Amino acid sequence: MAECHPVGFQWVVEAKKRGATVIHVDPRFTRTSALADLHVPLRAGSDIAFLGALVNHVLTREADFREYVVAYTNAAAILSDEFVDTEDLAGVFSGYDPDTGSYSATSWQYEGASEASAAGSRDQWDEAGVGHEAGRAEAAGSGGAAGAASARPERDETLTHPRCVYQVLKRHFARYTPELVERVCGIDPRTFARIAEAVVANSGRDRTTAFVYSVGWTQHTVGAQYIRTASILQLLLGNIGRPGGGIMALRGHASIQGSTDIPTLFNLLPGYIPMPHAHQHEDLDAFVAADAGRTGYWGHMRAYLVSLLKSWWGDAAREDNDWCFGHLPRLTGDHGTYSTVMGQVDGSVKGYFLVGENPAVGSAHGKLQRLGLANLDWLVVRDFSLIESATFWQNAPEIETGELSTETIGTEVFFLPAASHVEKDGTFTNTQRLLQWHHKAIEPPGDARSDLWFFYHLGRAIRRKLAGSTDPRDRPVLDLVWDYPTEGRYDDPSAEAVLAEINGFGPDGPLSSYTQLRDDGSTRCGCWIYCGCRADGVNQTARRKPGHEQSWVAPEWGWAWPANRRILYNRASADPDGNPWSERKRYVWWDADERRWTGADVPDFEPTKDPAYRPPPDATAEDALAGVDPFIMQTDGKGWLFVPTGLADGPLPTHYEPAESVLRNPLYPTRQSNPVRQRYPRPDNPIHQFGGDVYPYVFTTYRLTEHHTAGGMSRTLPYLAELQPEMFCEVSPALAAERGLTHGGWATVVTPRTAIEARVLVTARIRPLRLGDTTVHQIGLPYHWGSNGIATGDAANDLLGIELDPNVYIQEAKAATCDIRPGRRPRGPELLALVRAYRRRAGIGEDG
Amino acid sequence: MTFLGWPVLRQLAGADRLGRGAAARSRRTDGLTARTETADAVVRSVCPYCAVGCGQRVYVKDGAVTQIEGDPDSPVSRGRLCPKGSASKQLVTNPDRVTTVRYRRPYGTEWEELDLDTAMDMIADRVLATRRETWQDTDSDGRVLNRTLGFAHLGGATLDNEENYLAKKLYTALGAIQVENQARI
Repeated sequence: MAECHPVGFQWVVEAKKRGATVIHVDPRFTRTSALADLHVPLRAGSDIAFLGALVNHVLTREADFREYVVAYTNAAAILSDEFVDTEDLAGVFSGYDPDTGSYSATSWQYEGASEASAAGSRDQWDEAGVGHEAGRAEAAGSGGAAGAASARPERDETLTHPRCVYQVLKRHFARYTPELVERVCGIDPRTFARIAEAVVANSGRDRTTAFVYSVGWTQHTVGAQYIRTASILQLLLGNIGRPGGGIMALRGHASIQGSTDIPTLFNLLPGYIPMPHAHQHEDLDAFVAADAGRTGYWGHMRAYLVSLLKSWWGDAAREDNDWCFGHLPRLTGDHGTYSTVMGQVDGSVKGYFLVGENPAVGSAHGKLQRLGLANLDWLVVRDFSLIESATFWQNAPEIETGELSTETIGTEVFFLPAASHVEKDGTFTNTQRLLQWHHKAIEPPGDARSDLWFFYHLGRAIRRKLAGSTDPRDRPVLDLVWDYPTEGRYDDPSAEAVLAEINGFGPDGPLSSYTQLRDDGSTRCGCWIYCGCRADGVNQTARRKPGHEQSWVAPEWGWAWPANRRILYNRASADPDGNPWSERKRYVWWDADERRWTGADVPDFEPTKDPAYRPPPDATAEDALAGVDPFIMQTDGKGWLFVPTGLADGPLPTHYEPAESVLRNPLYPTRQSNPVRQRYPRPDNPIHQFGGDVYPYVFTTYRLTEHHTAGGMSRTLPYLAELQPEMFCEVSPALAAERGLTHGGWATVVTPRTAIEARVLVTARIRPLRLGDTTVHQIGLPYHWGSNGIATGDAANDLLGIELDPNVYIQEAKAATCDIRPGRRPRGPELLALVRAYRRRAGIGEDG
Repeated sequence: MTFLGWPVLRQLAGADRLGRGAAARSRRTDGLTARTETADAVVRSVCPYCAVGCGQRVYVKDGAVTQIEGDPDSPVSRGRLCPKGSASKQLVTNPDRVTTVRYRRPYGTEWEELDLDTAMDMIADRVLATRRETWQDTDSDGRVLNRTLGFAHLGGATLDNEENYLAKKLYTALGAIQVENQARI
């Protein structure tokens, strides 16, 4: 955190000054470790074993926050007797189909859920392979899984029923002991005990513990389940929805949260509404019935979606044409960025827009990225400088090796210079869901334009060219609401006008809350969770009341979605009766005299819903949630310790080894890696699963304070290039001795994909780990460099293969295996020969 | 007099024994003015690097950015910026920044110049041609697809929300579904 989010880390330092214990779990020692009370190195790719053991520690001691757990989680829910755990099936859950490598979730349901849900919906769910498609998983992850999770399952509040979630968890995690942690993670039992005791002692009525993570948790073939394990632990300890608690995703880019909320992601529409699938949904009603929960706030999905369709297609969207629902293109599976690259290599994807992104350096398996770029008909790159993804036809490493040559690359390339953040108006959404408006200070230079300008004027040009078309496929383009006012020297579309459309309008003007949205076409809203960012017609995101003139929550700085709430699910900061759990942790509570929720934040609850409210049996949407149900997006209002539906790879997290590992899975020797991970077994994506001594070391990639991701915004800046001028690798003194590496000299790192060179940094910051009898060496590789800019070097991501998390299709970039040898890498075709010789020795065939 | 003006004497004789205040000042330093004081405008902004969202104050003089500082009013950052945020002025003023359109024709060996309007028109033509060639009305079972897999988008996560909104809206209307972002990565 101190490395990659340095200014955010000041709050950790503040907490430490007030007595907080800071524990840093990371394979390498960083600036964060330097300021932590305890640095705990662990083997990259082993975190589920570590977190699972913390869960086991809590469960075996019954150290959970029992009142919170019983009232606010699904610990008491009783599962169907069809559910069988990985512990009883040697590493897979019930419902596994080895032929398709996917799960059916029917056996993961609550007891009696099948009677409670509409069979039609469930059949549609199953037809999709139950969450094996990313869109499905995210919809359910937001609590939108229809029909699958009964709003009111049978419960045993004594938590003793053998099939209640609490007991199922206990059995599932029973083997996650400190001894297993030592064998899997390389953390000794004494250190583990110290961490477990600190976390438990710091949780409860008076205290809360927070977890902070970044892509060290997400970039794995089990990434979503890493976060799930932390969620289980935090729910058991009562650390969700409370001040000082939570699981914070430290996101790495100025508006990466915004890019997820208003998604440029294939599987989502704005506000986490799933994109429709071709084979599942016929019309809008069928789509909503299959995807939206009937209970909880997803019960209003129809209103959110109709309002979105109205904001896109305006008066053309009418009740008699299903609100233009048919204008939406349909998905048929995985259309993620890695599938797209395979499509480029195979020739089906012919055109590509790269807008502020440099996959030739920043994405896994750089060679495949570049071969894809070289096989396009046309490519548009928008950036500040000529990044590697724009110049691959001149200087890709594959030109040196002879795999590509400039004269035979047919890609037509357009490079369009981009405006910087001070040359345009607009909002970024930061890592805590805070929208902040940035004002335009100057005009962009030369041909540089904002991306808002680009998309608006591209749309106008396309619509001009299609004008008069009677082809039905052009209707969605011609019907589009695309008439934003322009301003300034370059006819920039007004960002305020676009934000106003995102916020939405009703019959009486700008909307102020998503609760105003209707499904009758009377409201328009481009992203329902952002509704209210221009409440009362005022740009709330531009508010800048100084922090020192406000409460510590600072509600008048910017605007946080939803409804300017700063802590999600904050109803859980009060006990079931609505009183603060303790004075020290007072945040949002029920004011019995005023009969409403009040406190330091906007309550994440209906403002006047009495804690004593119990829903009638036929209630829907939020009316179906009781006054003690804080998790209002879930169909049952509870935090899910066990996930009955929506995850592709199981209702509980299980330790699997990374797709490439130096170890046989100690937990399930016959089940090495996540059995449903997304794989691309093809000759150009060779993977070395495990075994042998050809690739004996673990490597992990990371960022440095002085650079930014693939370098497009940092390697060209003299200040930053000077601070970190060159690619390097971090190795321990022991590994340096074992391999003859010299500090300051060169090393070559080899994987089945390629070999790269780096300067050697021999440092005690990387410690060899002892896993029982085995010693595991890890190598640290920053991934910022490429061939262009001021500071240059080989790209670490070239080393990676492509295997993905099956829920979210994120690549496993944080744990893989390699060899390291002294000296620079060979040049030209000899590089290919070296890599091939390694593959041959490892027995990796040409079929991958 | 010149001799008596030596800073070391002021340091030894005066109250500023460590030479970090008045003793170190000269007439020249007294005459200097910070760029931040002579700016025509101070514009409120947000750092474009990581997702902490530190407040920035952008100082502008004669239509150019002269300095970018942390915004002490921000309850997020309290005026701090990290090395990247502190260097962000160079993102704007860096002389290596490319400010004209570049074009590489198929099989070409060099960049060529191209007018922005022409480039936009050519890109619109490419989109429509690829869309036409790769359009899918239905799949083999007759289910409606209404889409093209012929072109794709990958965006960085420094785009504004408004920009992502227009991108998603336009691509979806065109039937392009392979619309992706750094957020996947």
